[in-house]
Amino acid sequence: MQAFNRLTAVTAPLIRANIDTDAIIPSREMKTVSKTGLADGLFAGWRYTHIGGREPNPEFVLNQAAYAGTQALLGGDNFGCGSSREHAVWALAEYGIRAIIAPSFAPIFHSNCVRNGVLPVKLPAVDIAAIAAWVADDPQQNRVSFDLPAQVVRANDQTYHFDLASEPKEMLLEGLDAIDLTQKHAAAIRAFHQADKFARPWIYDIGGP
Amino acid sequence: MSATARSTLFEKLWRQHLVKELPGGVALIAIDRVFLHERTGSIALKSLREAGRPILDPSRVFCTMDHIVDTLPGRGDETRMPGGKAFIVETREAARAAGIHLFDVRDADQGIVHVISPELGIVLPGTTIVCPDSHTCTQGAMGAFAWGIGSTEAEHALATGCLRLSKPKTMRVRFEGRLAPGVTAKDLSLLMISRFGSAGGNGFALEYAGSAVAALDIEARLTLCNMATEFSAVTGFIAPDDKTFAYLKGRRFVPRGAEWERAVAAWRDLRTDEGAVFDAEHVIDVGDLAPMISWGTSPQHAISISEPVPMQAASGASAEAYARAIEYMDVKPGAPLKGLKIDAAFVGSCTNSRLSDLRRAAALLKGQHVAPGVRAICVPGSTSVKRHAEAEGLDKIFKNAGFEWRESGCSMCFFAGGESFGPHERVVSSTNRNFESRQGPETRTHIASPETVVASAIAGQIADARELAS
Repeated sequence: MQAFNRLTAVTAPLIRANIDTDAIIPSREMKTVSKTGLADGLFAGWRYTHIGGREPNPEFVLNQAAYAGTQALLGGDNFGCGSSREHAVWALAEYGIRAIIAPSFAPIFHSNCVRNGVLPVKLPAVDIAAIAAWVADDPQQNRVSFDLPAQVVRANDQTYHFDLASEPKEMLLEGLDAIDLTQKHAAAIRAFHQADKFARPWIYDIGGP
Repeated sequence: MSATARSTLFEKLWRQHLVKELPGGVALIAIDRVFLHERTGSIALKSLREAGRPILDPSRVFCTMDHIVDTLPGRGDETRMPGGKAFIVETREAARAAGIHLFDVRDADQGIVHVISPELGIVLPGTTIVCPDSHTCTQGAMGAFAWGIGSTEAEHALATGCLRLSKPKTMRVRFEGRLAPGVTAKDLSLLMISRFGSAGGNGFALEYAGSAVAALDIEARLTLCNMATEFSAVTGFIAPDDKTFAYLKGRRFVPRGAEWERAVAAWRDLRTDEGAVFDAEHVIDVGDLAPMISWGTSPQHAISISEPVPMQAASGASAEAYARAIEYMDVKPGAPLKGLKIDAAFVGSCTNSRLSDLRRAAALLKGQHVAPGVRAICVPGSTSVKRHAEAEGLDKIFKNAGFEWRESGCSMCFFAGGESFGPHERVVSSTNRNFESRQGPETRTHIASPETVVASAIAGQIADARELAS
């Protein structure tokens, strides 16, 4: 997994509540059993002029020259709600989005971000609005800085602290693979299963013909 | 009992599955069951295999074909979704290679994951069960800790038998009172989400309780828990009771004999202790509740069927979100939804496609006919539900009324590039998501109970099922 440390990024506002994973990548854009080849389908319903087409919709923020090279998004409440599809984060990451700032994230989406090197930053809506207003003046110049070790975002000479639990922080900083980490506890897992087989045998004796 | 010994049901489930506390407030939680489907499970299986990581215990892993599989009669591996067949074929090959349980396209037990898991007794009270599918919380209705995860997390659960979790906060929502005839679990869900918002459960493990929940049958409880994810909760669940045990007894994967007795004795302790404290608690009186229906593009945009579309100030939505939803749905602020002409009606999905749903819908449909110009579709939630419905003659009622009668699957709950309802078509749907373009490009979805769907199909416009019944 790609590690995340610090980033200074062109940051695009997409401040709507409840941006769902169907909007981030419509089901019709998940065409193969693959984690890649998804960037073209990112925000397809909003980004292109018609369904299934690839003609850019000039109204959509990521299609505007001012936001060329966008690597971070400003979002609304409950960002990433809906379907658990990790394709949403794979599509964002493949497009080049490395960080998202929102007042709240849907829980599955938040976890998917951390597992894929995308930094989810929770900030109050009022701060996000202030950052968005500053960015809009000159998106290419007014880049937002993300400093994960310090847990701060910097924009317009303001510093915004954000909370992130220590495990997701460490995973992002080190680009760690969660399975590798957990397998270090294999002995504890085995011991749990051995004891649990006596306590709850029906969990392990799978019946059915 | 001391105050510290009083536990919520969630705390009991957590403790029972706690393998190890790790630094940073993270716990290794044992996962009893993993369920996969061909949409997102396929990728987890493929990715694990490519990484050379074996599945820790394949006997506790289950897989179904529901998301992409066609639901037209006589289906095989071919689907309307472009490229869809590859998902089915690759999932089948990967499932066989991994030695996990597979409910294949033509299997008598095939169906939507959250319908077949309780139906087959795969989810049991006190289990942890995960699936790369957001509606996994449905299964919490059996007294389980059940939640949706991403594909990478599914790989983790498959390879290690655990997930790394931060403990969620606890919330209890008590629905108190007696539901009026024609008011259902779906209406409870929509009421809660409309009242507290689609992020109202964010960060919480949500226990449903209260007299109205106790009175629900098991299938209705599954409907209620299904939409916990639409509330942004980590999961939703209900303490198991005699109804739960009676529902499960004798099902395919349920323990038998002495082991069943022992299991039930253990399950009886799976309830919140008197006096246990939740991080948040809501009490909702539902005695006066009417059927609910969505007017906008989020499940929180829902109102009672007899109410007008709210003005922005009362909508709970920001000015921009409100304007966007009103325009997308082509509804008028302050005007009633009832009477709005519809183009289609859909009964199906992991929310409302079980036998009891179809029975209630059929009772209203009997002797009636869908209005001219309305496309009406019924998709049973599992092959077993379909079989039982046909044995009771429900299929004939649906078909005689002008409904299409389908094979089981997720079907048109979402648009995957194949079948859709079409741009600007207005659909009343027993599904869970009224997002923009969810059921098809620019399709306008109103989510509601199966009763409301059927009543609207007959009327050709959004209708109150209670008026039809009387």
